[in-house]
Amino acid sequence: MPMTSRRMLMLAPLGLAAAGGVGFYAMLRGLGTGGYDPHGVPSVLVGRTPPEFSLPPLAPSGLPPLASADLQNLEGPVLVNFWASWCVPCVVEHPQLMQLKRQGVPIYGINYKDKPEAAMEFLTRHGNPFDRLGRDEPGRVAIDWGVYGVPETYFIDRKGVIRWRWAGPITPEVLEQDVRALLRHYA
Amino acid sequence: MIGEFGHFALALALALALAQTVLPILGAARGEARLMAAAGPLAVGHLLAVGAAFLALITAFVVNDTSVISVVQNSHSAKPLLYKVAGAWGNHEGSMLLWVMILALCGGAVAAFGRRLPSGLRARALGVLGLVAVGFLVFILATSNPFGRVWPPAPDGQGLNPVLQDPGLAFHPPMLYLGYVGYAVTFAFAVAALIEGRVDAAWGRWVRPWALGSWCFLTLGITLGSYWAYYELGWGGYWFWDPVENASLLPWLAGTALLHSAIVVEKREALKVWSVLLALLAFGFSLLGTFLVRSGVLNSVHAFANDPARGIFILGLLLFYVGGSFALFAWRAPAMAPTGMFAPLSREGGLVLNNLLLCSMAAVVLSGTLWPMFADLLFQQKISVGPPFFNTAILPLAVPLILAMATGPLLPWKRARLWPVLQRLWWAALIAAAGVAVMLAFSGWRVGPAFGIGGGLWLVCGAAADIADRTGLFRRPAAAWARALGLPRAAWGGALAHAGLGVSVLGIAGMGLATDRLAAVRPGQSLSLAGYEWRLDKVGDVVGPNWSARRATVTVLRDGAVVTVLTPERRFFPVGRTTTTEAAIHTTLFSDLYAVMGEEQDGAAVLRLHYNPLAPWIWFGGGIMALGGALSLTDRRIRVAAPAPRAAAKAAA
Amino acid sequence: MRRLLLALALLAAWVPLALAVSSPSEMLPDPAQEQRAREIGRQLRCLVCQNESIEDSNADLARDLRHIVRERVAAGDSDAAVIDYVHARYGDFVLLRPPFNLLTAALWGMPVLALGGGLVAILLLRRRGAAPEPVPLSPEEQARLAALEKDAAQ
Repeated sequence: MPMTSRRMLMLAPLGLAAAGGVGFYAMLRGLGTGGYDPHGVPSVLVGRTPPEFSLPPLAPSGLPPLASADLQNLEGPVLVNFWASWCVPCVVEHPQLMQLKRQGVPIYGINYKDKPEAAMEFLTRHGNPFDRLGRDEPGRVAIDWGVYGVPETYFIDRKGVIRWRWAGPITPEVLEQDVRALLRHYA
Repeated sequence: MIGEFGHFALALALALALAQTVLPILGAARGEARLMAAAGPLAVGHLLAVGAAFLALITAFVVNDTSVISVVQNSHSAKPLLYKVAGAWGNHEGSMLLWVMILALCGGAVAAFGRRLPSGLRARALGVLGLVAVGFLVFILATSNPFGRVWPPAPDGQGLNPVLQDPGLAFHPPMLYLGYVGYAVTFAFAVAALIEGRVDAAWGRWVRPWALGSWCFLTLGITLGSYWAYYELGWGGYWFWDPVENASLLPWLAGTALLHSAIVVEKREALKVWSVLLALLAFGFSLLGTFLVRSGVLNSVHAFANDPARGIFILGLLLFYVGGSFALFAWRAPAMAPTGMFAPLSREGGLVLNNLLLCSMAAVVLSGTLWPMFADLLFQQKISVGPPFFNTAILPLAVPLILAMATGPLLPWKRARLWPVLQRLWWAALIAAAGVAVMLAFSGWRVGPAFGIGGGLWLVCGAAADIADRTGLFRRPAAAWARALGLPRAAWGGALAHAGLGVSVLGIAGMGLATDRLAAVRPGQSLSLAGYEWRLDKVGDVVGPNWSARRATVTVLRDGAVVTVLTPERRFFPVGRTTTTEAAIHTTLFSDLYAVMGEEQDGAAVLRLHYNPLAPWIWFGGGIMALGGALSLTDRRIRVAAPAPRAAAKAAA
Repeated sequence: MRRLLLALALLAAWVPLALAVSSPSEMLPDPAQEQRAREIGRQLRCLVCQNESIEDSNADLARDLRHIVRERVAAGDSDAAVIDYVHARYGDFVLLRPPFNLLTAALWGMPVLALGGGLVAILLLRRRGAAPEPVPLSPEEQARLAALEKDAAQ
């Protein structure tokens, strides 16, 4: 084996370490900018239509119930929001949902593992952003959607295809950067 | 006051560490004996300063000084004393201080025990240790000051995570850190050797005791951590292939390889460049673990709360030390001529095989740990790599390793023939095969555990065969006792460590046959599991220092006779409002009887009972391995401490 | 801010490590089926608890998934079908044993790659190492060696 390839072999650890270092640096940068997130789980539904389901209404709210048939042949894009009255980040995102409602964006809610009275009280106190509301008390529909925590929000285009999923609260930044762009693009 | 004192001591330690870096290395480069001689006293001073800071932090925790943020966040006046002390390192800042504390201890130890080293090597090694300390002290002072103040002082602390309120926290982290920070010493020796451009048998002899000492502590630390998980998490799991566990396994694998390759350096002056690389790798893996745990780039149950700014800093340190040493390696190592030829089938060949297998395992563990992160970064694909992967991927490497571990120590140096060696192992093979057959018959063809038992028996018997061979037990039984007494302790230590792994393998195989039972039981009712009758006598309230609990009393009977009384608990910690389950374990020599209490409903309590055959052997084996290492170490120390004629002659030449 | 809130969301879903004495009512009456369900559950990752299987976690979602696994097992699905059911909803992330594909080929091949690479490196280095034969001692050196040995023997 010639001397040069022996030298190359001894450079290998340095090369590997350098590559690893660049990767780690990119991860740390991504942690700050949101480009890299070790905790997030991507949705397998993006680019597909929602699973079949049919949920009962939250009776005292007077809102119509929600089923997969309601997510086909839409007039425009809609948001589907999984929420619960016991979920703290849901309170954080609620003003943004109310803002969207005021601007006429239809939001369909799925109330996850909640008691009807508690859910009703939440809507009475914080306002109702939803046009339709289904109750998923056992949480099975949420699992069919691949939901792993509340709140989660799905963006569905007019053809009924899921285009985007956000796990976590819709903050003002998410609203401005992501939701608005989606609404423009799929308007 | 305590806080300021500790902070000042840390700053002083940084100044001393800087001096410890610059003066000796400069002195060694210029050949100035007085500058080189400063290394020892500076290392001791650095140790005293870090020690003062460490004691200050412990004091702040013990007296519950709530003007220190770390105390407020991690302690509480009602906590038992042991957990107040251990709580000092149960968080990011405090554990970093423990880290530099142990690093300073290593420097002090090299200064104290390294008097016989050639002055240049000693000065350079201490200088490198100082350089490592400088980086981490700056990191602590700049981003993770454990002495941060809060004013006015909080009325009381917020308490420590109840899962950490356990004797495990008192012993596991210090042991683990002694292990992987200990590899800083072998790292320093390797860098010093690269600077000098010379690695010889003497280098191998100097490095070995340090590699061995770190290895003993790391083995103990990993064993303790595994046992802690076993009893604390409440379902009998003992190893999860979690990234953070893998981060402690990587230096262990590299360190174990180093331990063996350094023997070849010492005895045969071969594998020199490779051993230097392993020494760099072992500490590099320790640093990688530190980075992974504290930077927030990965997903783990053990990770500290993290902060990308700290992450960038540690990454900088990681790249500086690992990258710097690898660059030095790439520059200087090619000039080190390989020497010491040997046949593939020889003791050296066996040790090369050992290194190849251990390093391949390290490659599997490393890629399994890092690939999900890189797949996410490069391809935006989220994948998980968990126990099913590691168990599958490690097996094809573990099997040849176990087979070779019994064979290798019987091979003579330079050139060997396999047949005579196998002849000395026939009875070990027979016992192992019998073990497999018996287990297959009795466990209902459970292949994995049966072959595990066979592997464990093979290792234990192989170690016995090694000792029998060295003492001539079968050839001249009359003289065997005298020869056994005359055997070097390193021989006993090596055999003991190999047998220890065998015992662990037996335990792991036994755990493959564990059974359990889950049921809601009313007081007076019994469950039967594994031939035992488990009777719930009562469920009552107990009050501890900072918790209250529901405690079940379970009497375990066998053929009507009481074996033991188990008292599993569900503890509620009002500070932090959390509940933990305390498993109750009765260890017999051959199994663990393990009971966990769940929720109560309508007068019935949920009980989960486990029968874990051979489970205690897993950690018992780890202890034997560490003991074997320690035994070899006592042998080494005698030899290293003795006036080494060859080294002296070389230094004079 | 966006990250911070997400962290908050995760924190709300976070459950302490101390585990899961699952409820006996969750279990399947048939011990063989229960055993199978557990083996399947150990291969599925709990999504909200970082690095545990659904069998080891006390999180609500893990409990729901355990329930689904048992439901599918009781309904007569094969192990692969049950895993596919969960995989179809949560993607590759949920599989603790990563599927073999282009992305994971190097990972699965690592034992062979590392061993093979190491062997090749050893063989190459050996061949090179074998080249320089030790130069035999010159007659003068031999004489000197003999003299030294004589000295040493005295």
